[in-house]
Formats: sequence, structure tokens, C-alpha cells
Amino acid sequence: MIILQATNISKQYRLGTIGTGTVSHDLNRWWHKVRGKDDPYLKIGEVNKRDTKGASDYAWALRDINFEVQQGEVLGIIGKNGAGKSTLLKILSRVTSPTTGEIKTRGRIASLLEVGTGFHPELTGRENIYLNGAILGMTKKEIQAKEAEIIEFSGCARYVDTPVKRYSSGMRVRLAFAVAAFLEPDILVIDEVLAVGDAEFQKKAIGKMQDISKSDGRTVLFVSHNMAAVKNLCTRAIVLEHGQTVFNGGVDEAIDFYLNAKSDRLALRDIKNRKGNGVVKVEAVNVFGLNPQQKPQSGQPFTMSFDLDNGKGLSAKHVQFDVRIDDSVGQRIAWLSTSLLHANHAEAPLQVLQFQIDKLNLNKGIYHCTLYVKAENTVSDWIQNAFSFEVVEGDYYGAGKLVPVNQSKMLIDFKVNYIDV
Amino acid sequence: MSTSKSSEAPWLYTISSKHKVLDFNFKEIWRYRDLLLLFVKRDIVTVYKQTILGPLWYLIQPLFTSVIFTLVFNNLGNIQTGGVPPFLFNLAGITAWNYFKECLTGTSDTFVKNQNIFGKVYFPRVIMPMSVTISNLLKFGIQLAIFLGFFMYYSFTGTSIAIHWAYLPLFPVYVFMMALLGLGLGMILSSLTTKYRDLTVLIGFGVQLLMYVSAVPYPVAEAQAKFPPMVAQCVIYNPITQIVEGFRFMLLHSGSFSWIGFLSTLAISVVVFLLGLVVFNKTEKSFVDVV
Repeated sequence: MIILQATNISKQYRLGTIGTGTVSHDLNRWWHKVRGKDDPYLKIGEVNKRDTKGASDYAWALRDINFEVQQGEVLGIIGKNGAGKSTLLKILSRVTSPTTGEIKTRGRIASLLEVGTGFHPELTGRENIYLNGAILGMTKKEIQAKEAEIIEFSGCARYVDTPVKRYSSGMRVRLAFAVAAFLEPDILVIDEVLAVGDAEFQKKAIGKMQDISKSDGRTVLFVSHNMAAVKNLCTRAIVLEHGQTVFNGGVDEAIDFYLNAKSDRLALRDIKNRKGNGVVKVEAVNVFGLNPQQKPQSGQPFTMSFDLDNGKGLSAKHVQFDVRIDDSVGQRIAWLSTSLLHANHAEAPLQVLQFQIDKLNLNKGIYHCTLYVKAENTVSDWIQNAFSFEVVEGDYYGAGKLVPVNQSKMLIDFKVNYIDV
Repeated sequence: MSTSKSSEAPWLYTISSKHKVLDFNFKEIWRYRDLLLLFVKRDIVTVYKQTILGPLWYLIQPLFTSVIFTLVFNNLGNIQTGGVPPFLFNLAGITAWNYFKECLTGTSDTFVKNQNIFGKVYFPRVIMPMSVTISNLLKFGIQLAIFLGFFMYYSFTGTSIAIHWAYLPLFPVYVFMMALLGLGLGMILSSLTTKYRDLTVLIGFGVQLLMYVSAVPYPVAEAQAKFPPMVAQCVIYNPITQIVEGFRFMLLHSGSFSWIGFLSTLAISVVVFLLGLVVFNKTEKSFVDVV
């Protein structure tokens, strides 16, 4: 049974600030409405690309989104920042309404957009469980029935009669997630809640999500950048790009589609969160496997190619370039640095820098990279978690066997000697 | 699970860009009644947390205002209160006015104040202003009790004052009208302030000014006698004047009462409230994008 059906959902936003200039647009819009005409500003606006300046003051955060969700299905929604994921969830959870189109539903929708909304710092944990539960749509009776379970799940039993303002931020999140996890709507909308809490609690949270979707047979819409979680939980996924659906299908194909769309040159020049004096800056990166069209694969050649913005024209001798690789849970596992190797530096200005691994010894998974560039011995460009890449599984040892990810992240060449004594 | 189209359940609801002018989902509000009560409880419990005097603040404010009013308007300004002790006269007016004012100012910033929570999760938005109106009822009750305390003190010490028992059954209606007016106006204002913040500036002193044309520190008779006719008209046709005056008429048997005034005020209150609901409903659909 189709439990949710979205037809032609679009959402338009006005750019810039609201001020006296807005009044004239409002009046014009109202005048069109009075005469029974369409909103004159609905026609303008182009594809919503964040990094290019558009011609009009209006942007389409979503444009003509269509999809259906079957009962009991777990639908993943993936896309880059600004692709429209959160806007779509906001419309689904009725926080805002679409500019055009409609969504029909056969079940009640509850959202977990951000846990802990509506916590009042002066109230105790227990009082907040009731308040937060009610905000999320539970009745007092329902909460009463689950109170003990919620407290137990949160692991905050000792503090439950203390005002929430005395809680650590981790405890607050635990309590909030616990309340939300015991909601029982027909359709649950979840946005990146798994990025909270410590490792133990994350594990618990993911387990709970799986319970909700698998054993309870509830319909879930799940937005995340964590491809492992999406793969784990979802059966189907849609990929959004610039406010439009670009893919709608099986979760593996969708993730492939999304990551391939990403494996193109990735612009890093717009990242704001970076340190250093900027003498040498990283402009873009391209990570690929056997050839620039292929994704990195265990046991295959691997290349990371960086385009640099080197205004002063420094040669390679004056530049130290580090790539620090973390695994999907943030554990540092490798450090590649130009400073580690002897090299015959060319005198020409440094423009493109490539790191190569002949036989990639990372197991399949997602890896996050931090970039650190030093020019003339001062920090020039330092970007935490600048980009991520995915390694697909490959036959590293050439024996047709794969190494389970939970056994080893690194693949190490080794020999076995059988010695007869 | 069935695959044939015909046996599918009907749609529960539709999220759409088009809205009817009047679509109140009373069933939904009823479903969220626990939330309403919890908000009321939250408002009451948390206001005076970590204060020393706590709920005593509920008493201090009207008492001091009444004292000041008595000094300024009755002692200095020599306004006649028709045989009723001026302090009691002012206290009655302020008690009624305060409830209206608290409802109005408490609900007029609903969207701006709650944008965080409204931006994250859906529940019928109207719950918020409703909870403010209900929790203010408690404050009103406390202030009314103070008034009755002073009333008894004055009547024991030999002042001739009396409650107008015949009209006392109208009391709940008056409270209801104040709530409707305050809530209705508050909802209209809260919808307007989301986009254009100019009004927040206006509300601050506008409420202050409104009090002076609502016959709070003086009886209507005095206004008729001493104000220029234009201003006197403003005072008389102001629905809040009717409420304040009627309130004093019931409790102190001072001033005048007319059924026409009463019924028209009731009608105005209901209209303002309904208008507020319509505007509020329209705003709640899109305010997240403009707030």
C-alpha cells in the first residue's frame, strides 16, 4: 500500500533580507491574487546552485519532486549540502508548506528533525520527557506507559529528577533521543540524528532505528550523509541534486550514483572552515582508482590529485603537503606527507600534486581526509575533514577472498612460512 | 497489505500549498490537549524558578501599581471614584486590565519567540497562545484573591461597598471576553510581527497607551464629564473600557452597565478572536520562511 505520495513538490525561497523593499513585492503579489491571477514571482528562479550567483532574487530549494513510499519501506534521502533534503523533510513534517504541489499521506508523520527541541532547562528530566513527548505528538497516557523504558534507554536514571540545565550536553541528547525513539507514528522522519552521543550510544541508537524499521514494520524516511547507515537501514533511496530528484531506486544503486556524482573533481575552494595564511591553498581534489573514471578499489592503484592555488609561485621544495586519513568513525589511520619522502624537487611553481598508492591497502568503507599544507614553514592551508572518499571492496590478496571490514581496516602484505622441524 | 487500488484506505490528510480560509482542525487540537496542559504547567512552574519571592511577584506588581495610581490620579489628580475607596477602585481596574494585557503581550510574540521549536516539529500552533491565555488565568485568579482580601478588609472597617450580586453571574463571561480579546488581538499581532518587526516596537508603548483610553484609572463617568468629546467617544466605544467598567460594576457596584454595551462587546470579542484565528492559521503555514 502506498502510504505517502508526493506530487510536484516545489519550494521557493526569497534570497536576501526582508526590509522595506519586500513590501512592494508583497503588494504586487496581493494585487495579482485579488484579481485571481497567479503569483508573478513563481515564474522566476533558476536551478538552485549554491556557488553561482543567480539572476533573480528567488531560488527554488525544491523543484517538482515526485515520489511514493510503500508502507513499511525505509526510504533514504541523500544529496550534497543544499540539495534540498532538509527542506523536503520540513515540508513532510509540516513545519513549512510547499510553494506548489501536494503530499498525500495515509499515516501520521512524526519527525526527528533535531532531538531535544522544546526541552526546558528549568524542568527536570522527567518533566521534560512528558513535555517533549507531547510536543512530538504523544499523549500523556502513552508517555506514562513508556516512561520507565525511556529512562532506561537514556541511561540517565540517576539524574531524572534534576533540572535539565544541570545535564551535560551528551546526557541531554541521550534523553532527547530516548523520548523520540519511543514515538510510534506511522511514518517517522529522521534527519542526521545518528551523529550524536558517544560511540556506545550511537550503536544503541542505530540498533533502535533498525528495530523500528525492521521488526515494527514502520515506514521511515531517513536523511543522512553517513552512507554506511543509509545502506544499513534503507531499502530504497532517492538522490537529490540542486532541488531535483536525479535518482530514485535501490539503495545500492543510489549510493553508487551519489558517490560517482561526487567522484568528479570536488571543489574545495569554497570551504570556509579552514586555517592558515593561504599562501598555498587547495582548490580541488580528485580521488580515483585504476583510472580517473573508476572508484578506488582495494588492491588496485589509487590516486589523489590536488589542484593548488599557488599565487606566489612557490616551488615544491618550499611546500609541505600532508593528507591525514581517518576512518568512518574518525579514527586516524594513515598519514601521507611529502615530508616523509626524499624527492628531487622541480623548480617550477607547484600546481598539481598527486599522491599515489600502487596497491591500495584500505579495506572497503568511507574515509575522511584532513589536509594540512605548510608553505615556507608556516601553516598555509589546514582543512579538517576536507573531503571523503569511498573504497569499494576488491580482491587484495588475489586469492578470491575478501577481508571482513570488522576484522581489519588495513590490508597488509604478509607471508606465511611453514617450517618443518 | 493489499495491492489493488480499490481497497486502499483513504488519504488521512494532504499537505498542500493551497489552504482554505477557515480550516480549523478541532479534532487535532483535541488530540494535543495533553500538550496544552503541559505547556500551561511549564509556564506556571518555570516563571519564578530561582527567584526568592517566587509567586509573590504576582501580588507585588498590581499592589504597587494601585498605590501609585491612587496617589497620582486620586490624591493629586482628584478623580472621583463614586464613593468607592480609590485604592480598591484602582485594584479592580488593574486586575481586569492585567489579565487582558498579559494575554495580549504574551501571545503577540508567539511566532518570533517560538521559532526554534516551530521550525523543528509540527503541532497545532494555536496551542501555544492558548496555553498562554490559560496559564495567565492562574495569575488572574491570584490577583483576584488579593482584591477580595482588600475588599473584605475595607468592608470590615466600615466602608460601605457591596458586590452587585444580581450581575455576578456575568463574571465568567467577562473573563471569557477578556481572554478572547487578548488572544485574538495577540494572534493578529503575532502574525504581523513575523515578517515586519516594526510592530514589536509599537506593542510596547501601544499597550501602555491603550490602558489610558480603557478607563482603567478613572470611571467612565469622569471621562464623559472631563475629556474632550472626541476622546470621550474613544473611551466609551473601546470594548476594553466596557469590560473594565463592567468588571467594577459587578464587584464594586460603581459606574454603569448596559446590556447593549455588554452584548456588543461580546460580539466584538468573538469577531476579533475568529479574525485572529484566521490570520494566525494563514501565517503558521509559512512563517518559518519569513520569521
